[in-house]
Amino acid sequence: MNNRLYGNLIFELSRPGRRGYSLPANSFGKYSTADLPETLRRKEEAELPECDELTVVRHYTNLSHNNFGVNDGFYPLGSCTMKYNPIINEEIAARPEFTAIHPLQPDFTCEGSVAVISELRKMLSELTGLYDFTLNPMAGAHGELTGLMIIRAYHESRGDDARTKVLIPDSAHGTNPASAAVCGLEVVEVKSLTDGTVDVEDLRRLVAENQGTIAAMMMTNPNTLGLFERSIPEIAELIHAEGGLMYYDGANLNPMLGACRPGDMGFDVMHINLHKTFSTPHGGGGPGSGPVGVRKGLEQFFPTVGAFNGNFGVYIKALVYILTLGRENISMVGPLATLNANYIKERLKDVYELPIEGLCKHEFVFNGLKDKSTGVTTMDVAKRLLDYGYHAPTIYFPLLFHESLMIEPTENESKETIDGFISVMRRIAEEALSDPEMVKSAPHTTPIGRVDDVLAAKHPVVTYRQILSE
Amino acid sequence: MQYFPHTSEELSEMLSVAGVKSLDELYSDVPEAIRFRREYNLPEAMSEIEIRDYFDRLATLNDPLTCFAGAGCYDHYAPSVIQSIIQRSEFLTSYTPYQAEISQGTLHYIFEFQSMMAEMTKMDISNASMYDGATATAEAAMMAIAAGKKCDKVLASATLDPKVRAVLDTYGHFHGFDVVTIPEKDGQTDLSTLNSQLSTLEGVAGVIVQQPNYYGIVEDFSNIADMCHSAKSLFIINSVIADLAILRAPGEWGADIAVGDGQSLGIPMNFGGPGVGYMCCTEKLIRKMPGRIVGLTKDNRDQRAFVLTLQAREQHIRRQKATSNICSNQSLMALYVTIYLSIMGTQGVKEAAELSYAGAHYLHDALVATGYFKPRFEGPFFNEFCLTYDGDVDSLIEECADRGFLAGVKIDEHTIMIAVTEQRTKQDIDLLVETIKTIREDAA
Repeated sequence: MNNRLYGNLIFELSRPGRRGYSLPANSFGKYSTADLPETLRRKEEAELPECDELTVVRHYTNLSHNNFGVNDGFYPLGSCTMKYNPIINEEIAARPEFTAIHPLQPDFTCEGSVAVISELRKMLSELTGLYDFTLNPMAGAHGELTGLMIIRAYHESRGDDARTKVLIPDSAHGTNPASAAVCGLEVVEVKSLTDGTVDVEDLRRLVAENQGTIAAMMMTNPNTLGLFERSIPEIAELIHAEGGLMYYDGANLNPMLGACRPGDMGFDVMHINLHKTFSTPHGGGGPGSGPVGVRKGLEQFFPTVGAFNGNFGVYIKALVYILTLGRENISMVGPLATLNANYIKERLKDVYELPIEGLCKHEFVFNGLKDKSTGVTTMDVAKRLLDYGYHAPTIYFPLLFHESLMIEPTENESKETIDGFISVMRRIAEEALSDPEMVKSAPHTTPIGRVDDVLAAKHPVVTYRQILSE
Repeated sequence: MQYFPHTSEELSEMLSVAGVKSLDELYSDVPEAIRFRREYNLPEAMSEIEIRDYFDRLATLNDPLTCFAGAGCYDHYAPSVIQSIIQRSEFLTSYTPYQAEISQGTLHYIFEFQSMMAEMTKMDISNASMYDGATATAEAAMMAIAAGKKCDKVLASATLDPKVRAVLDTYGHFHGFDVVTIPEKDGQTDLSTLNSQLSTLEGVAGVIVQQPNYYGIVEDFSNIADMCHSAKSLFIINSVIADLAILRAPGEWGADIAVGDGQSLGIPMNFGGPGVGYMCCTEKLIRKMPGRIVGLTKDNRDQRAFVLTLQAREQHIRRQKATSNICSNQSLMALYVTIYLSIMGTQGVKEAAELSYAGAHYLHDALVATGYFKPRFEGPFFNEFCLTYDGDVDSLIEECADRGFLAGVKIDEHTIMIAVTEQRTKQDIDLLVETIKTIREDAA
């Protein structure tokens, strides 16, 4: 990461006639696409850049310098589990014996790849207390959708077609209600108590009101406030007694490693974000992987949700991670992530508003600065953090508070890193009082300043061709 | 091996700040009955040396074969610079570019990706990527259903890849729309039946066809757009994107939505993933589009800047009213194909396509000349084709695999589908033909 805007588009570096590729000479003689009927051939060329190799390499290297990753610095983005992505994972996943395998090869020629899948399925089952996994879903939200499909298929198989509603707490990730809607299910929102956990009495009322129509309850535990839902055994019993299934959103699985398994909590179906809990890189927004696990008997309902075997390359990385840590260390992941989060919370709660006291798990939520008199918002604090070389926490989520600032440090961060972050957060709180305008206009040292979101949305320009025609 | 930096002094200091006596006490809010109190039944921790040994062993169980298989996954050339750039940790270890000020790298390449997908498909708009071609097709169907009035079905050609169709059926079943098959005639979409389906069926949101189709045939889509639009349906084309270097683009056929898989742009086969799906559409449909979109704007220093835009369509704002549940997609693989297209450029994609076409036709004729094979269909093909084999296709594929070749993909007992890319030299192809001849002569 550097602080000077690079700013070019590859199209602007293009010069007609430049070449960055080399291909063998065509030795096949008479065959040519010119033999295809004219109506099947394109009329207008694709206007792609024409660049030499060095120009391309420099362009993307320069672009990378305007980006910030976990390897650049602390990335406490709540709910995203931005843990370290071990380099050995990448080395193994790049081996040509794996990358050169076609998905439709005869089984006897790809037993190594098949073994990667079966080993990972077994290990995920052990780690979660569920019976079996399908690895195919290609992201967390894709896993949610797949899991809900399994739940619907289960009810359908019993002729229980009226079960079309999903109970979802108001604190849930936005993907939960969106996945339910894509799956053709109706969302029934469950209220939170003032302590941020599910209101079991409200739930009881909703269950009674919707008797015979509840397909499932979707929860993440710990919830999006980082709080463990202690009533989970009671909730699971309530839903099961009604005939519904329990769905676990695995986005917050990390603190549970070594402490508590979703299967033992009473969940029937869950997804895991391999790119969160199992250290595979987030890649600027994918490729992730969202394996779905189920209780015994539900594996017959795994649906077809992709053309081949899902994001296989990601499985290798997750498998390397689990094998690297092994049974001795994997149990420490949850406790150390939880310790780091609680340590930050306790060291900052005198200057940032902690709406709910007590132990958190891997993450927690502040409701902005404690002293809001100067009008410095969570957005401003987040932007000012960028000036100090930190990625911002997740902001304005969950929606339960107006100024949510959600911090998740992960188990990989050292005490010095965390102490550095704490002192910067305290310094920003001081700056908010001594020089609020400076904080409100942050960031000041990044390649670009705050962007005009309204301009972008009012008149969307989303391709280079549109820029040229402006 | 582990990645925890905590020393024992630090642990005790941090525990005391957290107000607990032990790590265990951090979980005092978890009911004892559901605590996990035993060791996981997993292997012991491995050192890097042991990890390498473990995967050396698994690697020997795989046989990378000289690949003549396609069916949606192709062994195209990957320029060497790509892998080195996408491994840069600023790209690899970042997440969704919510903080635009420190994410211009990601936002820039997504904008470039969108621009390139729009060029390849000749459509107005592209999003930031989808999971794969199959889910992109299903999302296109849902988009059509949402855009239509009182629509409850889409039509899908029988020549659509059955794996894509299976995903479409899954989404249709749960989302609540029917997928009605347009029959095929000699391996191509039966246009006269499509016409009568469009005039008799109510509530058709969209028509889905594939180019080249599942059997490798390049279909003529003339008039389909008009048929669709007069029936108030959207025209959706799923294309193998590399072939669009030469083939008439979805926009030129009058498509409303263009989707497909980007794997053919040099992405390693990797047992099927990760690849990348793409989705493009007309400007009119932009607010119905699922997934992330990057747009141009300015910052407060009057500099050009890129940002995630039109987020009001998305799940984190709209929750159950969102256009889709997709959020994370295949961003790094979008970078992969963006670099691929930057390196290859307008000429390179055409040259690669030309080589693939020529190699495929050369192999096709050589196999027919052996006398063991006959063309299965009549239509023109690009770099993939079906042949009827006078023996058992399974055993042919197995025997070729024993000799280091992945000869193709089985369509039925007597039909094999074979693909050729620019990676297959004349020598590779001649050797495959010789190998098949030897197999037959040995058997005789």
